[in-house]
Amino acid sequence: MSNRVPLLQMKSISKDFFGNQVLSDISLTLDAGEVLGLVGENGAGKSTLMKILFGMDVIAQTGGYGGDILIGGEKVVFDSPFAALEAGIGMVHQEFSLIPGFTAAENILLNREPTNRQSVLSQVFSDRLSTLDRKKMDETAARAIEMVGVDISGSMLSSDMPIGIKQFTEIARELSKEQLKLLILDEPTAVLTEQEAETLLSSVRNMAARGIAVIFITHRLQEILDICDKVVVMRDGHVVKEVAAGEATIPDLARWMVGRTVESVQHQDRATAGSARTVMSIRNLWVDMPGEVVRNVSLDVREGEILGIGGLAGQGKLGIPNGIMGLYPAGGQVNFDGRDIPLNEPRKCLDAQLAFVSEDRRGVGLLLDESLEWNIAFPAMQIHDKFLKPLLGGLIKWRDDRAIKEVTLKYIDQLQIKCTGPRQKARELSGGNQQKVCLSKAFALEPKFLFVSEPTRGIDIGAKALVLDALKKFNRESGVTVVMISSELEELRQTCDRIAIISGGKVAGILPAAASSEEFGLLMVEQVR
Amino acid sequence: MSQTEKTLKPVSGFSAFVQNFGLPRLIIAGFLLLLFIAAPFVGSNFFTQLTNTINRFSWNAILVLSMVPMVHSGCGLNFGLPLGIVSGLLGATISMELGFTGGLSFLMAILIATPFALIFGYGYGHLLNRIKGGEMMIATYVGFSAVSFMCIAWLLLPYRSPNMVWGLSGKGLRTTITVEGYYDKILANFLKIEIGSFSIPVGTLLFFALLAFLMWAFLHTKAGTAMTAVGSNPTFARASGINVDKVRLQSVIMSTWLGAVGILVYQQGFGFIQLYMAPFYMALPAISAILIGGASVNKASITNVIIGTFLFQGIVTMTPTVMNNIIRMDMSEVIRVIVSQGMILYALTRKQGGSK
Repeated sequence: MSNRVPLLQMKSISKDFFGNQVLSDISLTLDAGEVLGLVGENGAGKSTLMKILFGMDVIAQTGGYGGDILIGGEKVVFDSPFAALEAGIGMVHQEFSLIPGFTAAENILLNREPTNRQSVLSQVFSDRLSTLDRKKMDETAARAIEMVGVDISGSMLSSDMPIGIKQFTEIARELSKEQLKLLILDEPTAVLTEQEAETLLSSVRNMAARGIAVIFITHRLQEILDICDKVVVMRDGHVVKEVAAGEATIPDLARWMVGRTVESVQHQDRATAGSARTVMSIRNLWVDMPGEVVRNVSLDVREGEILGIGGLAGQGKLGIPNGIMGLYPAGGQVNFDGRDIPLNEPRKCLDAQLAFVSEDRRGVGLLLDESLEWNIAFPAMQIHDKFLKPLLGGLIKWRDDRAIKEVTLKYIDQLQIKCTGPRQKARELSGGNQQKVCLSKAFALEPKFLFVSEPTRGIDIGAKALVLDALKKFNRESGVTVVMISSELEELRQTCDRIAIISGGKVAGILPAAASSEEFGLLMVEQVR
Repeated sequence: MSQTEKTLKPVSGFSAFVQNFGLPRLIIAGFLLLLFIAAPFVGSNFFTQLTNTINRFSWNAILVLSMVPMVHSGCGLNFGLPLGIVSGLLGATISMELGFTGGLSFLMAILIATPFALIFGYGYGHLLNRIKGGEMMIATYVGFSAVSFMCIAWLLLPYRSPNMVWGLSGKGLRTTITVEGYYDKILANFLKIEIGSFSIPVGTLLFFALLAFLMWAFLHTKAGTAMTAVGSNPTFARASGINVDKVRLQSVIMSTWLGAVGILVYQQGFGFIQLYMAPFYMALPAISAILIGGASVNKASITNVIIGTFLFQGIVTMTPTVMNNIIRMDMSEVIRVIVSQGMILYALTRKQGGSK
């Protein structure tokens, strides 16, 4: 290996944003056909490093970077993503960049479409006005899709695609570029189901076999061990470890990432509260939530337990809380604490002391442009008239800013929310801390019953443990019944007493947390639609 | 990692001041200061100019304040302000028609305008609830249609008062009606301070202060907090049990009513009721003012209103006299418009998000 020039070398890369050092002295090398796993907590500097490599505008706008990037032994400076593309670097971003009204083929070949021979217009003006060679487009796209190893019709509109297919389409787009030498995948599996992730991993292996180098960023450590040749662990803008993937274990990686020992959480062993009475009974619930349709769910929730709801993506598990809390059109009967809860009226559920932490943090869960104080206190203020001072004999309900500050400080302390203060805007926090704010908001409502939807999606391993612990503590100490919906079975098994698996919009079965993985796996795929 | 990018270190000294106060406001304020300094040199009295600026501030401030509720609830800037103005005009003309005079006519104008503002605001609010996302465009046309419709109405409505109708035919309202004998300067002369050529219309300012205080207080109540949250993230508000459409409706009604009161206050200062096409473009100066004051499409405060109105009206008052005196030729009016509107345009392009 030493006689060859590595495909990519990054030498002592450093970067600061207005004096705030986010990367210091990062060096790494990558050979053709190698898969490099890049791991680190949120905020460790992974994405910034990739932005530098890909020549994103933000880097130049904020004063450039220090250090050198060498491609095939030659020093390069990318001043725009186009330059990076030219040099054979492809990147699949966390956010999808597909045009909704275009088909898969059109998206894959956007701006690189094969064109027909000269038409009159293109001769008079420029090649930009030639007509597209649709047949050749379809062929090229189909070849690219095949390389990814999935079955997507080239004529499918990207607005109709499930989230996983979108991800594959983006990868196909990068693969269809002939000069591609290095592909950056930024958390490609975060939105995928386990099967889809498996497909993706095998297509990454194929790419590597064909000589494409891959930089793979993920929070799922098992994937790193499965497909990567070597792993680079980043923490606080430094490379803390660079090892061959074969020499590392998941606990090692986790320890390097957070810089402390993450205790693997023990499985629940407390006796299931079998005698407890049913606090919520759901009968024949249907919910019309796009992509998560619930068809016919009947479920009993026992008082004081933590009930997990799992299942593959798109099978309807997310529809259940969203439907009951009135955010999507729903029907059926929901009885809580002896009273029927009217559906499609968010206010009625909240009045009955139900609370919901949405899976859509930024869309539903937070007032991004307001302070943490407002975010945490707002629902409790509006629903239970907390944090208000009555003036003129209760005629005017004046906001009690001092009480709001107090409660915010309490939760910042309790959940270790990293922020500059209670007045910081929610938008400025990292994903994990935003999730803690969402939880605080629900806790401040002092509910009797709490739905938590995907509480750990997109947050790092340290924050994950904290969030799950906070939930368990809330359940134990306040006796609140918690229903937790999650795509990660392992997490449900660590946290919940019982786990219901939703498949095809129905309850496929309910198992105790201690049941084996095979049993859960079978239930998950049983009635998949 | 986008979080790290946004973690700006606190900057010290001058740049911190610029960041806090907002560059556009500094530019306009500097320009205005320059005009004030230049005024005595071109032969216009400094105190007269200052008086004019304060007067115009007092006439316009409530119209600018009427932007605030709709901005807070996420309905955007109230381009439909003419609808509120039309309610105010109905109040004014009906009050005069009924023969009220003096201070009573002003009070009655407000009282009579109120039901119109509530009804118009209610319909306008329902309309805006159906076209979420395109409020400002639709609002502009709501305003335009209301004005055009009233052009017919002013001619056809059975007004009889000789002070208001056309002299020859005896029917149809005149384009400009004096409020002398009714409520001319009724607020301005209350507790008025006069020192030589310098005067302050204390009453008008107090009236604005009262409404601004009520607005500020409202935004500190439970209902006001809900309004801000609806504007900030309607889905969040809905998930917190807020009836989003109802809150938006409230805000539109409030904005429309403030527009109605605003035009009455404007009339008592200006001395005339202007009908027909006059309300057509009245929304634009108010919107420019609040934007210069540092508001954005979804954030606005009382401070934005006060600073913005003062700066905007200051420019509008000062440029004609000062510029026309500097450039003594026929082009001066054109140059004045280019310079003053150009300054505002330049200032707004320097804008980065909402300032405090």
